[in-house]
Amino acid sequence: MSERLKEENPLLDIRHLKQYFNINVGSFQRKPLKAVDDVSFSIRRGETLGLVGESGCGKTTVGRTVLHLYKPTAGEVIFDGRTIADKADVQYLRTKATMVFQDPYSSLNPRMTVSDIIGEPLDIHRAYRNKTERQEKILDLMDRVGLNSEHAARYAHEFSGGQRQRIGIARALALNPEFIVCDEPVSALDVSIQAQVINMFVDLQEQLGLTYLFIAHDILVVRHISNRIAVMYLGKMVELADSKEIYDHPLHPYTRSLMSAVPQPDPKIARSSRRIVLSGDIPSPLNAPSGCPFRTRCAYAQECCAESVPEFQEVEKGHFVACHRIKEI
Amino acid sequence: MANQPLLQVTDLRTSFFTPAGEVKAVNGISFNLDRGKVLGIVGESGSGKSVTAYSIMQILAPTGKIVSGSILLDGQELVNAGEAVMKTVRGNKISIIFQDPMTSLNPTYTIGHQLVEAIRLHTNRDKKQAWDRALEMLRLVNVNEPEKRMKQYPFEFSGGMRQRVMIAMALACEPDILIADEPTTALDVTIQAQILELMKSLQEELGMAIIMITHDLGVVAQMCDEVIVMYAGSICEQGTADEIFYNPKHEYTKGLMRSIPTAETAGSKLQPITGTPIDLLCMPEGCPFAPRCANAMKICLKHPCERMLLNKDHMSACWMNVKEGIENGVIEPEETKGGEEE
Amino acid sequence: MKKRFTMHVDVDSFLPATDEEKSYIVQMRPSSTFFKDGIKRLLKNKVATVSFFVVLVIVLAAIFIPLFWPYSYSDMLGMREGQSVDPSFKNLKPFHYGATEKARIAAGEKVFPHIFGTDSAGRDYFIRVVYGTRISLAVGFFASIIVLIIGMTVGSVAGYFGGVVDMIVMRIVDVIYSLPDMLMVILLAAVLKMTLAPALEGTVLAKLGSNMISLFVVFALLYWVSMSRLIRGQILSLREQEYVLASRAAGAKGRWVITKHLLPNCISVVIISTALQIPNAIFTESYLSFLGLGVNAPMPSLGSLASDALNGVSSYPYRLIIPAVVISLIVLSLNLFGDGLRDAFDPKLRN
Repeated sequence: MSERLKEENPLLDIRHLKQYFNINVGSFQRKPLKAVDDVSFSIRRGETLGLVGESGCGKTTVGRTVLHLYKPTAGEVIFDGRTIADKADVQYLRTKATMVFQDPYSSLNPRMTVSDIIGEPLDIHRAYRNKTERQEKILDLMDRVGLNSEHAARYAHEFSGGQRQRIGIARALALNPEFIVCDEPVSALDVSIQAQVINMFVDLQEQLGLTYLFIAHDILVVRHISNRIAVMYLGKMVELADSKEIYDHPLHPYTRSLMSAVPQPDPKIARSSRRIVLSGDIPSPLNAPSGCPFRTRCAYAQECCAESVPEFQEVEKGHFVACHRIKEI
Repeated sequence: MANQPLLQVTDLRTSFFTPAGEVKAVNGISFNLDRGKVLGIVGESGSGKSVTAYSIMQILAPTGKIVSGSILLDGQELVNAGEAVMKTVRGNKISIIFQDPMTSLNPTYTIGHQLVEAIRLHTNRDKKQAWDRALEMLRLVNVNEPEKRMKQYPFEFSGGMRQRVMIAMALACEPDILIADEPTTALDVTIQAQILELMKSLQEELGMAIIMITHDLGVVAQMCDEVIVMYAGSICEQGTADEIFYNPKHEYTKGLMRSIPTAETAGSKLQPITGTPIDLLCMPEGCPFAPRCANAMKICLKHPCERMLLNKDHMSACWMNVKEGIENGVIEPEETKGGEEE
Repeated sequence: MKKRFTMHVDVDSFLPATDEEKSYIVQMRPSSTFFKDGIKRLLKNKVATVSFFVVLVIVLAAIFIPLFWPYSYSDMLGMREGQSVDPSFKNLKPFHYGATEKARIAAGEKVFPHIFGTDSAGRDYFIRVVYGTRISLAVGFFASIIVLIIGMTVGSVAGYFGGVVDMIVMRIVDVIYSLPDMLMVILLAAVLKMTLAPALEGTVLAKLGSNMISLFVVFALLYWVSMSRLIRGQILSLREQEYVLASRAAGAKGRWVITKHLLPNCISVVIISTALQIPNAIFTESYLSFLGLGVNAPMPSLGSLASDALNGVSSYPYRLIIPAVVISLIVLSLNLFGDGLRDAFDPKLRN
């Protein structure tokens, strides 16, 4: 897999992406909710970039904006060298990039059979010559995700959570995409099923050469599957580095407390580790603090942190951090 | 003199009688809880862990009923004790906090009103005393500016704050046992860390016992002294946290430990448990985990295994342990004689 | 010294279980769709099931009785071509016969009884009631279909596209809602009667009468608003479902999403609303006919029958009571059935 990563041109290049939603506050005022505020990153072909953060950080919005499910307020999405701007670009993107959703219960239409759900992308783009070919493609997809082909005529509600998630994955693979945004795909599943689905993601990546943007709040899951991890807070990206690096040597104060807060399933480590417990709650994205959004909870905050937004800089090789005082910490 | 355990649950069976049939949510579980200890109940959806808690508190849905078994709180029997007795127990001796703080608080009353109501329900304080006590509780759970907060409504609070208020309400009458049903599942990681720290410090300060119900093994490792692992309404394994994590004996527990991603598993494949969680309406004859178990034997499909005492800190209900016992010579198979160890 | 326990075991049963043995245990529950579940629930509701059968009986009666009934609704029994007018047929009480018929009975012929007697023009009342029911049901049904089609289209477009489109459409809806509907209906019916009558002459539609056509026009113009609001509301909430987003992520455009995802999930709501709309339409038609703005004579409608019966109400009260009872029965049964449908199929009421 590492050979593929050596290619120079990234498959997905995101530059200064902004997504603001206008929210009605009071009777006549509208305030912009800065869900994604100037985020830039790139993903190489065959790589998995993990995206973590807590409520209000904007990671789900990033996933949807990258696919142009929401039109970006500003910034560029460049896929395989092609800037996505007009409708034709978006249609092109739809055949190359898809999404797997979090909730296996609401992401499948309860009135459709499994075969129709999986075949929907094929039907929309008419990607087959006749009914037999369609059926073959659908059964092939079901086989790939480990679903019994006898169940093709059943309805989604007859399956368990893990199986429904597989249906969602099969649907995402229907048009042979190159890039998949995985929006919390295992969060709603039982622990014993999560492992099955995670393994399947890894297998599919190897077999089909897929590239993933893996969004999740479970750090351990993201660490397991990602090559690099990006951390977001209140719409801004605060750190980006290799998975092992960011887990063992986090630099940004938020990332440090995030990594230490993760409960480890190992009693000795869990009891002995010193946790950096943050005080206070996460501010609402409507009232994000000026300058660095983390300064209200940061132990190292000073005046300079309130004045300007810190730049996202490469502090060490491949390790980006957005913090004014990073050199001193 | 041996200390009587604070809570003794013996062979509890709870079922839900639905139009589709009887759902045996809890199928004969027994455990003890000592004063001041933290017990973790781990399981996935359908394991019966929440139903166990609701059975203890007797707050089951109308279709649910405790079919048999006994729950002794400090020697007093709770099953079939009647509403009058349960009213003195709930909130007073045993309190419960739930997963979703959004729906546990009444949105139309201020926090202060709800706290005061909870306090006055169980103690003889008048309004002023109850108000002071409520303020005291809010300070105890680290809610800043408690006077201002008392006059606010739940929607003005964040998730972590609401959970703190829930804890304050639950602890207002200094119960002996606090049952926490997935208290941090809906919270962010950093907020979860705050709440868990708070619970741990309160537990040490007030000396109460906690039953922590969760599916997150990390939370269990951090908080719990003893652990019970449940699957499909039965206890698979119980013991101290160290024993369960470092020396799992039941095939289900072993499978769980192997399938969670940790810092070490990055890059390699996880070893998942195959199959899907069980449908409680069609329970198989033997061990409920057998259809998914890689090491299932013929006996596993026919008979569920009784709990075996492996050492003083560790009990497991798995035929594999019996098989190992036979191989090690600890158990001697005899064709005619009966008698199994508990 | 290790303690030894003894156990009564069959050593063979400690052999590993095969995959077939394991999979035999695991079965999937039998397939059941949302529709089947709903029907089951509906059948448990006795009131709704009985109402359904009442409606069914009435509908079947309305369709089939005129096929074999010996009298026709416009046949004035006293008047025969080439013969003198026989006044004895007018205002017959139930099960009485006119003079000519009595003669035929005396001669040994079997004459079909007039179950409800005759009206003031000598027409068999029973068949007029049956025919009136047919008209009322047909009007109710077709008017509801028109309302359904217009309401669904407008509502789904407004709900899906939102923004300016939604705002314009909803303001139109608001205006129509605020009009006093009885007044509008009467005005429109009167105006259309005058303008449409000459236009329809000679066409197939002339048979129905300009009043009927104007009735349908009135419905098409005014009564679609509540359906459209309902659909819009449904669509607004369904629009945010993840499967809609998934469909868009696969490249689906507006029309695909609306027809494949949004509308099918509205169907239960639509059926319920239509089932409750039909009695509404029947009732409107009835009072319009009562006021003289409904169907043209000699075609009967339950409303016009009631209106005609007012003339002789003291002597022949049954002539008013019968159509009134029939209207009430139809409207009540359809309402109860609609309620039962809602209880059975409304997803919000299910847990």
